[in-house]
Amino acid sequence: MSQNNFRIITNGILSDNPTFVQCIGLCPTLAVTTSVANGLGMGIAATFVLIASNAVISLLRKIVPDEVRIPIFIVVIAGFVTVIEFLMKGFAPELNKSLGIFIPLIVVNCIILARAEAFASKNGVFASILDGVGMGLGFTIALMFLGSIREILGAGTWFGNPVVSFEPAMLIVLAPGGFIVLGCCMAAFKAIQARAAKMKGLGATPAEAKTGCGCCAMAKFCGKNELEKSECEAK
Amino acid sequence: MTMTELFLLFISSIFVHNILLSRFLGCCPFMGVSSKLKTAQGMGAAVVFVIVLASLMTWLTYNYLLVPLHLEYLYTLSFILVIAALVQFVELALKKLNPTLYKSLGIFLPLITTNCAVLGVAVLNMNEGYGLAASLVNALGSSLGFLLAISLMAGIRERIEENEGMPAALKGLPMALITAGLMSIAFMGFTGIIK
Repeated sequence: MSQNNFRIITNGILSDNPTFVQCIGLCPTLAVTTSVANGLGMGIAATFVLIASNAVISLLRKIVPDEVRIPIFIVVIAGFVTVIEFLMKGFAPELNKSLGIFIPLIVVNCIILARAEAFASKNGVFASILDGVGMGLGFTIALMFLGSIREILGAGTWFGNPVVSFEPAMLIVLAPGGFIVLGCCMAAFKAIQARAAKMKGLGATPAEAKTGCGCCAMAKFCGKNELEKSECEAK
Repeated sequence: MTMTELFLLFISSIFVHNILLSRFLGCCPFMGVSSKLKTAQGMGAAVVFVIVLASLMTWLTYNYLLVPLHLEYLYTLSFILVIAALVQFVELALKKLNPTLYKSLGIFLPLITTNCAVLGVAVLNMNEGYGLAASLVNALGSSLGFLLAISLMAGIRERIEENEGMPAALKGLPMALITAGLMSIAFMGFTGIIK
């Protein structure tokens, strides 16, 4: 594998990690990380949809007219989501039950549409598949990391095996825990990035990392930019 | 469903099962568009409008198109298409019929197509097997819950911005997430009001 292809994969896992760096696709991240197994299941489902839709969209990129590409991307993605829903119902009914509504909601997960728009519609099939693998792995690793923390602290188990001797804090598994654990992890990630930049001698404060909608490839379609413009004008 | 049940559904969808703080639907705008109270309220109002309309349309699509044709498994695909078309249509109609309203809501409409709250409420209504009235009540309650939570969040964030002693790593999104966690704890207190 050439250097360049390898970089496409590592980009998704580290420097462009969808959860910790780009901060997109927050809903499933918060909702399904109540245990490691759920996080892993969701990660695999999203990775499958990412790889398949990236491949198909890359194949279609020369025939799809520019004006209607977003609806076409959505139809392709929705098709693969229906496929994964059937597969899950057939082969992993337990997992399907615990992920519930978040399986059909993979359609509106901005990670997938953003990669289709930013990468697959501009690159070849092979590179797009690799991009899907990288982003999917990055998402899966982030989900498993958060899932591990929440399951160990909140239920005292890891993949269902008891691992701690203290009384677990139920709150971490419940809804508030999701927000708080993700907030703390993100702060830690930012602090580590800042320290690393300092050690490299890049100055005390690194350039404010782009986070949230601002860095999402869909920003120019979803209207966030116009929103910020109007806010500036209002000032 | 009786009136009492509908009323209980309405209250529980606003407070007990708040769409943002306990169901985790629509977190992207909750984090992305909540730094100013005014824009947060505009977003919330647009979401109320779209979720209620979209629930009506998806309910009709499911019960009068997909069920008779035995194509229930295509619900994801058809719901997202209905929602996308509806949002486009509402945008055009508003522009033509009510420019004042368009000016305040129009900007948020494209943002809503890929908002998981809209598809989420439609899928929830279907999974729970709600009738038309119950679907609409659930949609109205959930979206009002969205408006309530995003407005509260924006109010809190406006104040947090003034705090100069906050560590750099916590600024922005991390602090917003922790704030949301604390709000979520407060909303858990509503769990007891409905059995």
